[in-house]
Amino acid sequence: MKAPDFDYQSPETLEAALALLADADGMAEPLAGGQSLMPMMNFRLAAPETLVDLNGIPGLSGVAIEDSWVAIGATTRYCDLEDDKEVIEAVPLIAKVLPHIAHAAIRNRGTIGGSIALADPAAEMPAVLLALGGEVVLQSASARRTVKADDFFLGIYETVREPEELVVAVRLPKAKPHDRFGFHEIVRRHGDYAMAGCIVAADATLAGVRVAFFGVGDRPLRAERAEDALAGSDGGPAALHAAVAALSDLECDGDVSTSADTKRHLAGVALKRAFSELTA
Amino acid sequence: MTNPLTLYDRPNSYIGHSVPRPDARRLSEGRGRFVDDKVLPRMVHAAFVRSDMAHARITSIDISDAKNSPGVIAVWTGADLAPHVEPYVGVLSHLAGLRSAPQMPLADDVARWQGEPLAMIVATSRALAEDAVALVTVEYEELPAACDMETALDPDAPVIHQEFGSNLAWERTVDVGDTKAAFSRTDVTLVERELRFGRHTGVTLEARAAIADFDPSEDHLTFHYSGQAPHMMQFIFAKHLGLAEENVRIIAEDVGGSFGIKIHTYGDEIATAIASRLLKRPVKFVADRHESFLTDIHARDHVVHGKMAVTQDGQIAALAFDDVTGIGPFSMYPRTSAIEANQVLNLTGAPYDIENYHARARVVFQNKNMMCQYRAVGHPIAMAICDGLLEDAAAAIGLDPVEIRRRNLMRDDSYPRASASGMKLDDLSHQKALERLVDMMRYEALREDQARLRNEGVFRGIGFCSMVEVTNPSPMFYGIGGAPIASQDGATIRLDAGGGIQVSSSVTEQGQGTNTILAQIAADIFGVDLDRVRIKTGDTEVTPYGGGTWASRGAGIGGEAMLQAAVALKEQVLDVAAVILQAKPDDLDIKAGKITDTDGTERMDLSDLARTVYYRGNELPSDLKPELIATRHYRVTDFPFVFTNGAMAAHVEVDTDTGIIRVLDFWAVEDCGRVLNPLLVDEQIRGGVVQGIGGALYEECLYSEDGQMLNTTMADYLVPMSAEMPDIHVAHIETPTKTSVLGAKGAGEAGTGGAPGAILNAVNDALRPLNSSLWQMPMTPERVLKALGKV
Repeated sequence: MKAPDFDYQSPETLEAALALLADADGMAEPLAGGQSLMPMMNFRLAAPETLVDLNGIPGLSGVAIEDSWVAIGATTRYCDLEDDKEVIEAVPLIAKVLPHIAHAAIRNRGTIGGSIALADPAAEMPAVLLALGGEVVLQSASARRTVKADDFFLGIYETVREPEELVVAVRLPKAKPHDRFGFHEIVRRHGDYAMAGCIVAADATLAGVRVAFFGVGDRPLRAERAEDALAGSDGGPAALHAAVAALSDLECDGDVSTSADTKRHLAGVALKRAFSELTA
Repeated sequence: MTNPLTLYDRPNSYIGHSVPRPDARRLSEGRGRFVDDKVLPRMVHAAFVRSDMAHARITSIDISDAKNSPGVIAVWTGADLAPHVEPYVGVLSHLAGLRSAPQMPLADDVARWQGEPLAMIVATSRALAEDAVALVTVEYEELPAACDMETALDPDAPVIHQEFGSNLAWERTVDVGDTKAAFSRTDVTLVERELRFGRHTGVTLEARAAIADFDPSEDHLTFHYSGQAPHMMQFIFAKHLGLAEENVRIIAEDVGGSFGIKIHTYGDEIATAIASRLLKRPVKFVADRHESFLTDIHARDHVVHGKMAVTQDGQIAALAFDDVTGIGPFSMYPRTSAIEANQVLNLTGAPYDIENYHARARVVFQNKNMMCQYRAVGHPIAMAICDGLLEDAAAAIGLDPVEIRRRNLMRDDSYPRASASGMKLDDLSHQKALERLVDMMRYEALREDQARLRNEGVFRGIGFCSMVEVTNPSPMFYGIGGAPIASQDGATIRLDAGGGIQVSSSVTEQGQGTNTILAQIAADIFGVDLDRVRIKTGDTEVTPYGGGTWASRGAGIGGEAMLQAAVALKEQVLDVAAVILQAKPDDLDIKAGKITDTDGTERMDLSDLARTVYYRGNELPSDLKPELIATRHYRVTDFPFVFTNGAMAAHVEVDTDTGIIRVLDFWAVEDCGRVLNPLLVDEQIRGGVVQGIGGALYEECLYSEDGQMLNTTMADYLVPMSAEMPDIHVAHIETPTKTSVLGAKGAGEAGTGGAPGAILNAVNDALRPLNSSLWQMPMTPERVLKALGKV
């Protein structure tokens, strides 16, 4: 369990990092918090020729609060978000979710950009992005583009990011006064990847409710039929029941200890519990 | 229970007190000497090419690229190492009929389990060795595999060892009384269940690790090893590498957990020793976590059909079961993989008065990693079978689970006696333990809470387990069957010129506090402060000969030897003191490093006495020849084992929507005889309970149908973590064993043996109002949901 040989580069500017990625012909990996990449390299599941360490690039971490968006730099660590009152006020969902992401030691290193770029289907942050309708800012040596969360995730560890692109920021919409959020994940042990997790983001009337799941399929999943069942409803038991029933076509995959059917059942439980926890 | 030594206690009265570990500071400051901390001159590193297949003929292994890989010193296949090792076979003569095939460190023509080592790379670093591993190409011809132990005995199952004609390794039946007649009585209630116990493993914090250092000039092998039984390993390396036993030195200094994992013959470790011999330089092998999951012995893996009959007043009329257990393609050497099944037959029902008992076990070869002895060998299966069926039966006749135990437990005044299976039992306290348990858990109030919460849709359950633990084994465990495993242990104690004592013992320390117990006993019995004791264990060259630490024998056997040695040294010292002080030995004592009168008046310092003996012997009469060193050995003689007992209870809550089980509280009352150090014993009980909860709720080695292990990471193989663990309340009954002066029985495995049964019963108590039950461990959310019919 030792990583194969690799080159290590520690660029001091974003431009230099992007140039390294552009020249690497897909054989370089950006290194942010390293909480997933390093174990994958040690398992020899990842074998980049070059690691481009982003941690020395000023300006790639930190938060900018705009009129209706919060832009979070890619190398912003979870622990910094946990302690940032302005972020928590602007995106209250984050405060609900962060304590469930692994353990404190991992949150001390792990970054939001790393989690989004990796796109682990069981990770919480991609589902937060999806549930809130956030955006991912991608930059390459030659271009910058912003991709909506709904279009970003393609499959297990697969996104629209090109090898020469970096996730430079994650943009989340600021909560409006009557917005409410519910989060629930079903784990056997605190800090584990969820067996099933659900995030509900709603306005006062449930008109624009968004429901996202993680840990059930090959990517964070929006449950649009469940959203339809809830949208504009009174949020009562009948609507919730219909929303759970509408998960019948949720694209669930089993894992080593839990079948797809169980995942679907647990997704329904997580939805009910997340919905019942809707708070501003 | 903590009981620190205070000012008011007799000086040096360490036995029975919560003395902190003398080695705690060294370890917490990072000054441990674990195998991987050691760096020897000219040392090189090993990595292994392992079988990707559960069962395959190896048609070719291409090592040419690996040989040319940077830093690579040697690449060997099974055929290369075969001439340098005598094959080993995991059978023992007292397990009549047990069969297994010869094993080699690296598979030669056929691989029989995924993870079996096929080729060895030695390189200047582990990373470079792993690079070379990736360059070895193995061509396989896949063979039909017998992975599922439940079908491995079918007539059409692929046979792993053709010479045996079937995959049956061993079978034993115990038949006592007349179960058939009892089951056909019209006045009994029958319960019948299929219990399934998943395969899990030990997950030691420190992985298996070895440095072999062969010196050709003396034909001498020094083997630094993370393990439990140095003298056993000395024999094994000597015999199978063709060395004189005295030319093999096993050193096991700090060991980061073992739980029975590190007491077996692993091919990669044997290969590491051969490599050092061939290369004439030190070779290190440290298993990584993936290798640990794949190749450390696995445990449990039983399917049991069990049946119990109880009379209407709750007397057990009969107990019968049939156990099938899968052990992988070989019986592990030298302890064999039949001991666990044998324990299940021996121990099931042992707390209870049972006249009619029928038990059969079949031990089955299969194409998976090998199964062998892990903490509480056989106990969790045995306890869960009987106590699971007992509570099932209690529910069937409407009797409280505590009450049915009261009606069946062996009476505390009925010893010595034998269990249904013929085990000799003495000094047990099941009744006292149960009543203490019921009292400490506030049972009545808990039942009231349970009833109230059920009305609110909260499903909580309370479950019990009355259990026994095998400890302090005599030669009847292994030695009788021809295993090179000592059942006696020795201790040496020496008074040095400075007045401190040097102690060495053949029992070993893996983190449980063996060295602390030895120091306490030596200091207490001899009469010095604890900080004047230096302890040496884990080195065959300097410690007495003995068995090491397994089967909860360190304190009971090693401790008694220590006590006897300390008594002997004290006698010697007082004889000398009597001459110097012109007193009678009986009028003198040793307290806090001083020779005193029996009233405590100080007469001389121990160092003065020792310096007189060592430096100025001319001052002593010429016929007085004190040695100031004593060695004593001890073994259990009158009983095959010294049994302990306990009563445990679990309080759980089942989330019937998610299937997740939360353990709210756990109580353990246990009787390990004399408690030498309450802090350490409580740690052992709690740690054992946590491992028991692991087996009951979390831990499982998952395999695909074609024999591929699916969860070889700490993310996928779930060990119990502190956040999920309940408060574990521990209390003790102290019924000293009459087999020793010390009176200590073992305490290391009780929690692991009893907790799964208690958890099983608690979960089924919670599920009972929903007319559901679950009899498969680990009790995962999915299995709970299936039992509830929700998925």
